Amino acid sequence: MVDLHVTLSGVRLDNPIIPASGTFGYGYEFAELYDINCLGTFSFKGTTRAPRFGNPTPRIAEAPSGLLNAVGLQNPGVDKVIAQELPKLKEVFHKPVMANVSGFSVEDYAYTCALLDKEEQVGWLEVNISCPNVHSGGMSFGTSPQAAAEVTRAVKAVTKKPVYMKLSPNVTDIAAIARACEDAGADGISLINTLLGMRLDLRSRRPLLANTTGGLSGPAVFPVAVRMVYQVYEAVDIPVIGMGGVSTAEDVLELMLAGATAVEVGAANLVNPFACRDILAALPEAMEKYGINSLSEIIGGAHHG
Amino acid sequence: MKQGRYTVEENRPLTADVWEMRLSGDTGSITRPGQFINIALEGLFLRRPISVSDWDGETATIVYKIVGKGTAAMAGFRPGKRLDVLCGLGNGFEVAKCAERTLVIGGGAGVPPMYGLAKALLAAGKTPLAILGFNRREEIFYEEKFRALGVETAVTTVDGSCGIRGFVTDALPERYGYFCACGPLPMLKAVCRACPTSGQLSLEERMGCGFGACMGCSCETKYGSKRVCKDGPVLEKEEILW
Repeated sequence: MVDLHVTLSGVRLDNPIIPASGTFGYGYEFAELYDINCLGTFSFKGTTRAPRFGNPTPRIAEAPSGLLNAVGLQNPGVDKVIAQELPKLKEVFHKPVMANVSGFSVEDYAYTCALLDKEEQVGWLEVNISCPNVHSGGMSFGTSPQAAAEVTRAVKAVTKKPVYMKLSPNVTDIAAIARACEDAGADGISLINTLLGMRLDLRSRRPLLANTTGGLSGPAVFPVAVRMVYQVYEAVDIPVIGMGGVSTAEDVLELMLAGATAVEVGAANLVNPFACRDILAALPEAMEKYGINSLSEIIGGAHHG
Repeated sequence: MKQGRYTVEENRPLTADVWEMRLSGDTGSITRPGQFINIALEGLFLRRPISVSDWDGETATIVYKIVGKGTAAMAGFRPGKRLDVLCGLGNGFEVAKCAERTLVIGGGAGVPPMYGLAKALLAAGKTPLAILGFNRREEIFYEEKFRALGVETAVTTVDGSCGIRGFVTDALPERYGYFCACGPLPMLKAVCRACPTSGQLSLEERMGCGFGACMGCSCETKYGSKRVCKDGPVLEKEEILW
């Protein structure tokens, strides 16, 4: 019997599989399809201080081995999330959940995180300083070590739960930004968010997305994720949650060897609603194939020897 | 919604670029006309959402227009091919809300789901009145299928090459109590302006997942934002903010 459990900032996860924010809503669409309590946890839809409709449509475009999205942080706002979404979620998910938070100013981040930190269901805060689809805030905080540190400090000052800073791959030196977050008190790093991309419609000669640009995700970005998780693992001593194009159990093992303590699955959920359940089911066999008895033991394994 | 393997039973062109495909498999999750299925295609990441035009216990019929790589690949499928399909997606037309005499308006690629609706209205003892709009004679399909149901059917063409010259709104009858429509956005807007009654509209939007997870296809309504794939594609005229 293989051991799937991992520990994320002192909280035990039955397994490292975490549906990524923005691909799993607040959980209940998927709870209708399978018992989502099989998951390690999940990261709910990015939540902001005020409600947001997001960007104009079209917001989705096909890409080779992936997709572009420019949803733009659509969410009902933190008050409704606490009043309506979390109680509904409680009925279908009985583990601590990861609260994903976005903002447009340092104060926004602190305000929203402080409110969600008080919620019993929330196990960790995942602070998204890497959304490429909003025109102020978002990614701009994740592309400079100083701004990333500032958000980290502000959030840490008003919260008690572990804070994971979700970083953008659209930078030249990911290690410097991860280190800045660690120095500012972050409990962990999660990465990668989507890569900024764009497609054109040959008929109209215009961008396919109303927002012009969007974030690329899916298997296309997996090697970028492996590289960045590897680099960040070397740069910091806090745990790393890896994500970016994961769609198989082997991908999970690869990201963990690169340095991930847990692994988020994003785009795969959108084409196979059972993706996380299927990956989880395939993990024991993949572990046996590669002689792995305990997942915890392989974290960062690529760095040793 | 159900995920399953479906088999292509028949795949044939209706016009130069519109094809009809009949699939066999578990259709139990299709409960209303206007719902759609989402098909996984080899070599493409996103599934392709296609509305269901007709279904029974064992088969579902879809009609699709070749507009890009995905639909072009579908036109090459031969009978016997197995497909990974998410079936019974979306919120379809609500027949109970339709009046005794209900307009069933389809424009171009929006015609197919209206066929299933016409059948459902007949089964509910109501009288569908069909208006099918196309650009020109060569693009017309499904006219005979509507007539074969015994449904009073008007056809419009923009160039006047067949039926009434003009748009679907040029063929509105005098007496009806409700309307249902599917077609391009300008057509839906024109229909809402021209029809004083209540109605239901099937919207189209680029989708990511097709089952409500990604928020890719949201639209703003009087009652807040709705997902075209999950809360729609059929919405009520009164709630749509144009």
